[in-house]
Amino acid sequence: MNHAIEVRDLHKSFGSNKVLQGIDFTVEPGQVVCVIGPSGSGKSTLLRCVNLLEMPTQGKVFINGVELTHLDADIDAARRHIGMVFQQFNLFPHMTALKNVMIAQQRVLKRGAQEAEIVARENLNKVGIGDKCDSYPAQLSGGQQQRVAIARALAMNPTLMLFDEPTSALDPELVGDVLTVMRKLAEEGMTMLVVTHEMGFAREVADRVVFMDGGVIVEDGPPAQVIGDPQHERTRTFLHRVLHPEER
Amino acid sequence: MTSPTTTAEPGPARLSPRKKRQLIRGVQYVVLGAAALFLAFYTDWKSLALFVQPEVAEKTLPDLFTIALKNTIIYSVGGFILSFVFGLLLALMKLSEVRPYRWIANIYIEIFRGLPALLVFVLLNFLPLALPGFEVPGGTYGLAILGLGLIGTAYQAEIFRAGLQAVPKGQTEAARSLGMSPMRAQFTVVIPQAIRIVIPPTTNQFVALLKDSSLVLFLGVSSGFVELAKFGNDVASENANPTPIMVAGLTYLLVTIPLGYLARRLEKRR
Ligand SMILES: Nc1ncnc2c1ncn2[C@@H]1O[C@H](COP(=O)(O)OP(=O)(O)OP(=O)(O)O)[C@@H](O)[C@H]1O
Ligand SMILES: [Mg+2]
Repeated sequence: MNHAIEVRDLHKSFGSNKVLQGIDFTVEPGQVVCVIGPSGSGKSTLLRCVNLLEMPTQGKVFINGVELTHLDADIDAARRHIGMVFQQFNLFPHMTALKNVMIAQQRVLKRGAQEAEIVARENLNKVGIGDKCDSYPAQLSGGQQQRVAIARALAMNPTLMLFDEPTSALDPELVGDVLTVMRKLAEEGMTMLVVTHEMGFAREVADRVVFMDGGVIVEDGPPAQVIGDPQHERTRTFLHRVLHPEER
Repeated sequence: MTSPTTTAEPGPARLSPRKKRQLIRGVQYVVLGAAALFLAFYTDWKSLALFVQPEVAEKTLPDLFTIALKNTIIYSVGGFILSFVFGLLLALMKLSEVRPYRWIANIYIEIFRGLPALLVFVLLNFLPLALPGFEVPGGTYGLAILGLGLIGTAYQAEIFRAGLQAVPKGQTEAARSLGMSPMRAQFTVVIPQAIRIVIPPTTNQFVALLKDSSLVLFLGVSSGFVELAKFGNDVASENANPTPIMVAGLTYLLVTIPLGYLARRLEKRR
């Protein structure tokens, strides 16, 4: 069976800034993998290389066994089935919640308006905001916007979901709503790669936790090991800072 | 420096800041009033009445509306449509990753923003010299619309460029991550948002084109093709009276003022 994600010797530089310096890892179908690490360690860049929003400088990315970094790969076609959720939601502000979830189904998957609307409503119901279909993003709270963004990705029937700090821009009391939706997705067997600072979520939901620092993977293993019993000093320092932010 | 002695000294009474502002305001009113008096005194009210002669104003009708205003609107709306379409195209070229596209867009924009509009119109007269046998479709209308379109495109391109760049990059990324091609993402997600952003400067640009349409005069048009400014001037000469020019001016305002109002309304919505 193919890996859902396979990354081999991935490098990414911005000019002389070497952000990723040889990343190797795999995600199996149905797995939830959380990526943690200090700011600037390259977590977002790694995630964005997985769906080629950033073009890697070197190395290979395979999705379900197909090499995305290959010159002949149809990246648009591959991205249709890789959902991505951003820290800043990035909803389309000129469209209602419903239309946000419909538009790519219509324009990319060529579904008819009726079918797209049915799928959109199903997914908006699933993330708990079926009653906000006609609202524009500006009329929704951050937590609601992020759930629309998740519904928008789910409506494309992704085989894989990427989350880049989906709760970092939210007021604390809204974080739970979004995490609940993500937990439900994980239980349904969705393959998920999640950059997050929510250690509780990582501990309970993740099959594996990857700790990154300085553009490399420092530690990769089950949460009980990486969070519960870290082997590396860098991991311990990071976790200490995240779990005890007031002592500095 | 505030040494304690200065405040204690019984010098000339200092004005408080509030009194000072009142005084300055008062002086301004006096100056304005004096200027108004001066104007009223030196204006020759009898000859000023020449500018508003109802009998002469009447002579501009109905041609003022059926010919002059109609032509002004045809020229400027036509020129505006050209500038809108090609301005968007040039803006996309200017933001393109393809370097020659950027060069072409930059060169065009620099040339047509740098040249006086008058010069462009005068040069258009010589177009047949450069392209023998080539006829601009639509005759005078076509040529006038082309002239305004050439100039308007350069300005509109810059307006669109700014508008496109004002749409956050995350919008394109979200669209691309949903599997949209670069073109698809531009047209479904970025351009609709950019158009909202550019409504106010685009309205200004339309007003500028409306005024520049007076330059059509330099294409040597026959009487059926005159626009407001030339029309006002012609009727003024015939009657040896400036009233028609005032009437033409008012007619411009009749279009531009509601337009500005409409633009502010559109801008407020959403
Ligand atoms: N488009 C870009 N152009 C230039 N440099 C970039 C770009 N994107 C990221 N970088 C740089 O890459 C480095 C890693 O950024 P990245 O966003 O991947 O870190 P991160 O681990 O996600 O951090 P954070 O937790 O703050 O989100 C940073 O030094 C950043 O300045
Ligand atoms: Mg990041």
